[in-house]
Parts: sequence; structure tokens; C-alpha cells
Amino acid sequence: MKDFTFAPELSDIPVVHFENVGVRYGLGPEVLRDLTFSIEPHSFQFLSGPSGAGKTTLLRLILMSVRPTRGVMTLFGEEVSRIDQRRLADLRRRMGVVFQDFRLLDHLTLYENVALPLRVQEFEEARYRAEVTELLSWVGLGERMHVMPPVLSGGEKQRAAIARALITRPDLLLADEPTGNVDPGLARRLLRLFVELHRLGTAVLIATHDLALMDLYDARRLLLADGHLHIDE
Amino acid sequence: MTLAQGGGRDDGARRGGMRQGGDSPAAQRDSGRIERRPLPGRATIARLLARETPLVPVDSAAARALVAVIAILTFLAALCAGAAELVATNSAQWRAAVGSEATIQIRPQPQGDTEALVAQAAAMARETPGVLAAEPFSLGQSERLLEPWLGSGLDLAELPVPRLIELRLDPQSPPDLADLRTRLREAVPAASLDDHAQWLARLSNMAQTIVAVGVALVLLVLIATGLAVAFATRGAMAGNRGIVEVLHYVGAHDAYIAREFRRRFLRLGLEGGAIGGIAAIAVFVALGWISASWRASPAGDQLEALFGAFEIGTRGYLVMAGTALVAALVTAAMSDLSVRRFLAKSP
Repeated sequence: MKDFTFAPELSDIPVVHFENVGVRYGLGPEVLRDLTFSIEPHSFQFLSGPSGAGKTTLLRLILMSVRPTRGVMTLFGEEVSRIDQRRLADLRRRMGVVFQDFRLLDHLTLYENVALPLRVQEFEEARYRAEVTELLSWVGLGERMHVMPPVLSGGEKQRAAIARALITRPDLLLADEPTGNVDPGLARRLLRLFVELHRLGTAVLIATHDLALMDLYDARRLLLADGHLHIDE
Repeated sequence: MTLAQGGGRDDGARRGGMRQGGDSPAAQRDSGRIERRPLPGRATIARLLARETPLVPVDSAAARALVAVIAILTFLAALCAGAAELVATNSAQWRAAVGSEATIQIRPQPQGDTEALVAQAAAMARETPGVLAAEPFSLGQSERLLEPWLGSGLDLAELPVPRLIELRLDPQSPPDLADLRTRLREAVPAASLDDHAQWLARLSNMAQTIVAVGVALVLLVLIATGLAVAFATRGAMAGNRGIVEVLHYVGAHDAYIAREFRRRFLRLGLEGGAIGGIAAIAVFVALGWISASWRASPAGDQLEALFGAFEIGTRGYLVMAGTALVAALVTAAMSDLSVRRFLAKSP
């Protein structure tokens, strides 16, 4: 069993770099065209655009669950067009993801859901137990850690999904509409959580169409429209 | 929302950067507004957490059906293996028993002293190395042999009945029967030697055929088990596609996911294999018991003459248990293969 330690890797290599990347599904038109941008380490950016503009597709590209049909993509400095599953899993371990639909596993308790990224890395459970219970407490779910996700409210699931994304202290955090299911007050607190994570060294990319949320924090904005990306520094 | 206070660990270094906002616990902790105390019931939590839920959810209905299929197939495979083992053991016993005997038959001579020929042939046989004993059947014994066919109160002296000499052979160094046959033909033309070779050949052919059929059936049933498990695994994977995706997203290697599935299917395989194997062994024990209780009856004697004693011995039970174990391992191997194929196509 490996020891469990937090060690964010700090370097100047962009965590994500796209060069003329395009994606099409099947024989249809390109849903994303000529994407050229980088996400620097310890940076903070919003990804915005109307519904259906391809925000989720872009996040899935970075996660490599959708493969680009053209262009060059590097993750953590590594060109990924021919990456094998093992290496891809290793890269994904450096990312935390908050899905729009949370993607919690319904047959596991909240505690087990949040601990999942550590469990699949085969860390010893005793090593991360305190870490997980503390993070759950921190997002206000300390009393509910032995509850199964189906009985939780949308906001609680959201916080659990965020906790799961944060537990490994990722180098890159991807969040897809992370404030979509919560009231404005909680949305502000969650944003603050992401900002604090960013200050601790994580690169953060938040996909949202909530303009009010973006106005709360002055950060770089990536705008997707008609399949093209416009960067508002 | 109230952000619950964390444990009493000093994690200032880790959370030190979080200084923004009035209601962040880090901020509260830093300002010392909330006293630090350990989370209540942490020991209880630790105990609860010691056992991990399997990552692959247990679908009890499908699992029960699969266990039943594996149990039935294992039962059939173990029965076939047991039957093949029974035939193999009994035929070996027959062959050993029959192979250690030979018979000299003296055709009755209308003129001449048959008794003298019997004595001469017996003496020749005794002199042959490898023949342990040569016992001529007396007239009385021959009468008893023929009694069931010819009725009692028979006087063989009036009938031209062939006389028999029973030879017991040394199984370690069997005699050269061909040489004995030649010598007998020269010295006693009325004598013929029967070494049961024809019988033995037929018997062993039959036994080998039965054993081969049994082994083929075991293999077929094991293949059927493997295919059933492959389908079941594919179904389970398709049903758990969402879980597999999440596991991939949080950085699980394929080998890890495959291990989680394999662990579950090996348990189902062992369960089904154990049920089927134990049932098959119970059937053999019961049949052995029934045949033993029939032994004294004529029907039982007929059965025993056909099948020998209905006992497969320790080796037979080991063969059956081994078949069940192999069925469980086939289950694990096939589920592993199916899972890896599925994962290779998964995002």
C-alpha cells in the first residue's frame, strides 16, 4: 500500500494546451473548431457560452473522454493523441472533475464516494480517513457521510461531487455548472471554495452560463460561441 | 448551510491559503472563534468505515440466477467426471483381476485318459515361470459350474465335458503365454489356452470410450459455463456502465476495475461451484449407499457385476471437487476476459 500525501506538482508547463483542435461527432459538422488556448498552472478561468455551445464537450475533451478529430492536445506537457489507458488514468489522477449531473455512485455512502479517487489509487483506507471526513465536514456534509446519495438534495449532491473532485488536491479542477443546483448564497460559498483551491496551487476551469457568478470573481473568461473560442483576458 | 467544524488536526499549512470570506471554517479557525474539538464519534466512524462496500453493486436477482446456472452446470460436469472416474477405476480392477488369470481347457478324449492329460497340462503350466498356481477343476467343481444350466444330480462321467485348469499368474512378471500355448499344443493337442486377451481388449476399449465421452462432456459443460459467465459479465458491465465511467474519470486503471469485477464473479463462481460439486458428491454417496444396501439381492448382484462396487473412492471425490473448482476458475477467467474487452471499448 502506498502512503497518502498531498504533493501538488508545481511547474510552468501548461496543464492543458490545445492547438487547432476540432471535434466532430460522426460525420456531422464540427461542434468545436480551431480551439487554440492554454490553461496555465495555478490559473483561474471561467468557461462560458450559451447552452449547447460545447462547454461540456470541451471539458470532456480535456478529460479525454471525447477524442479530438484534429489538432494537437497536450495535458501536463504530454501529447495525448496516442496515449494508452494506463497513462491516461495517471493523467486523470491529476485532475478533479465536478460533473453537471454529479455522477455520484448510488450504492456507496457519501464518505465512500468522496474517498473514491483515493481508493482507486489503492491508498490505504486508514491513511485518508481523517482527510475525507474533514473535507466532508468542511463542505457541510459531516453529519451525512454515511448516507447514500439518492436521499440527498441537489445541493448536497453538488457539495459531495465537489468534495470528491477536491480530495486528491488535483493540479487541474474542471467543474461543469458547479453552481447550477444551489441558491445564490451557497453558489458564492462554493465559488470561494474554488478560489481558495486555486490559491493553493490548483488550476481551475469552471464552465458556467451564470453571469452573476462570473461577476463575483475577476478572472480570465473563455467564451464559446458557434464552435469557436474567444478569450477575454 | 452550516459548515461543520473539522477535527482537531492542526492543518493550518494545508488550509492556510483560505483566508477569504467570513464563514469559511478555515477563516473561523484562524480567528479562533470556534473552539477546536474532535468530531464526535470518530471511533464509531472508524469502525463503520473499516469494511469497504464493493465498487460493483450487488444485483441480487441476477447474481442468484448466475449462481444457479453455475451450480447446475457444475453439478452436471462433476457427475460426468465422477462417472468417468467410476468406470476407469472399475475397468482397471476388472482388468487386473481378469489379467491375473488364464484358463487351460482340455477337450474330452473319446479314447485315452483325460485325467492324465489334465495332470500333464497342469504340470507343464506349473513349470512355466510366472505361473503362481495351476488348479485343475475336479469333476465335482465342474458339475457345480454346469449345474445352473444342466440341473442337479448330473454325472459328468457320462458326458464329454471339457475339463478346466485355472492358472493364477504373477502380475509382476507375467509368463510368456504364447510360448506355453505352443508347447501345450505340441505335448497335449487336446489342450487350449485362453488368456482372456480378447475380453480384456474389448473391456478396455469400452471403458476407454466411456471415459473419453465423460471427459468430453466435462469439457463441453465447462465451456458452457464459461460462455454463460461471459454473457452474464457483459450484462453486468452494461448495467454498470455509469460506474465504470466514473471509475475511469477518477483515475482507475483498467486492471483495478477488472479486479473488482473478477473478485465478485469469482465469489459467485465459487458459490455455484461449491453447490454443484457438493450436490454431485451427495448423489454419488447416496447411490453408493443404495447399491450397498442392495448388495445381497439378485438385482444388486447384477448391478455390481455390471458396474462393480458403486464407490469412487477418495480420488473420485477429489476429481469431482476439482471439477467444481475448475468451474469456479473458468468463471473468474471468463469474467476477467469479458471485463477487459468491455473496458478496452469504454471511454
